[in-house]
Amino acid sequence: MSKAKVATVWLDGCSGCHMSFLDIDELLLDLADKIELVYSPLVDNKVFPDMADVTIVEGAVSSEEDLHKIKHVRAHTRVLIALGDCAVTGNVPSMRNVFPLDKIYNRAYTENATENVGTPTSLVPPLLSKVRPVHQVVTVDVYVPGCPPPASLIGRVILDVLAGNIPDVRAKFG
Amino acid sequence: MAKTFKIDGMDVSAADDQTILQVARERGIFIPTLCFLEGLSFVGACRLCIVEIEGNPTPVAACATYPQEGMEVYTNTERLQGYRRLILEMLFAEGNHVCAVCVVNGHCELQWLAEKLGMTYNTLDYLNRPKQVDASHYRFAVDHNRCVLCTRCVRVCDEIEGAHIWDVMGRGIDCKVITELNQPWGESVNCTSCGKCINVCPTGALFKKSKAVAEMEKDTHFLRYFSTIRAGGD
Repeated sequence: MSKAKVATVWLDGCSGCHMSFLDIDELLLDLADKIELVYSPLVDNKVFPDMADVTIVEGAVSSEEDLHKIKHVRAHTRVLIALGDCAVTGNVPSMRNVFPLDKIYNRAYTENATENVGTPTSLVPPLLSKVRPVHQVVTVDVYVPGCPPPASLIGRVILDVLAGNIPDVRAKFG
Repeated sequence: MAKTFKIDGMDVSAADDQTILQVARERGIFIPTLCFLEGLSFVGACRLCIVEIEGNPTPVAACATYPQEGMEVYTNTERLQGYRRLILEMLFAEGNHVCAVCVVNGHCELQWLAEKLGMTYNTLDYLNRPKQVDASHYRFAVDHNRCVLCTRCVRVCDEIEGAHIWDVMGRGIDCKVITELNQPWGESVNCTSCGKCINVCPTGALFKKSKAVAEMEKDTHFLRYFSTIRAGGD
């Protein structure tokens, strides 16, 4: 049996969902037989593959880079899983949405800066005016809320998706 | 005089003063509620407890409707499930509910309802409207970002504590709960600082200061004693 090509991407999140993914313990050994991790912050591949069977997304869409990345990922993924509250609701990153962008930049790069004062014009990806959950930008197939989602739920969802199902998830935000 | 009617095909009977919701609860039939709280008057504000009645084109709030003889009530039709989910989505979209950093994370009725009714994401756009926090009271604070306008605080302060410092101001999207005709809570001379509003609030909108994320648990057991006292005669 050929292994399923699985990718994970990390947008605007704290990496807690990736930690929770690693927290599935011995299930990782089962998964290792079933999947090939083709792209992830956890491996060294720099280029997203032509087509991944499953991609797990952590984090909200906050910057031009996030937007570009998730659109590319969607176009090259069969089943997209939004993992955790940031990907599903915007969560903590979206708390900036009540403020105008210029105030946020000013706060971060001028008010609180002691060196290189001023908003950078290169190297740092520009922020979008509003932080968005993933499904407001691209189509999402499976939603897994939680901050982070419990490891047991993550394990069950991944196995379900690998078996060709779209699982009916019941889980709380937060 | 007792009335007999049907809930989800089950024959039930109700005393004169019993609403559809009370009869359903007595029979162990689950109807979701948010603004309703046993021991306080009902207002039918949140509409989560809507039920369908055979022959009636629009759903009615179970907490605010008395049954009629021979009525056939349905509590969990596909239509109701859709409406309830939409109500929850509107509540989440209108406020700024970030469970991960909320004082009542894990003890919140809104969060619990979303899980119970299977809302795993929001189909609506979040409004992200800036809302105020009033922390002027020496023990308590109100965070309007988390308020669902259930008016439990208004009712408990008026009906149980008898202070009536809470009210509702504004209309539509600008609607908010206020203390003392929209003065800072800490300047209220009528607030007795009893904490009943804090405990009946279903979300983290009203909370005790010094509580960190997930530390605030609500306790509404005091309402049972008041109900008993009131049942003994006003």
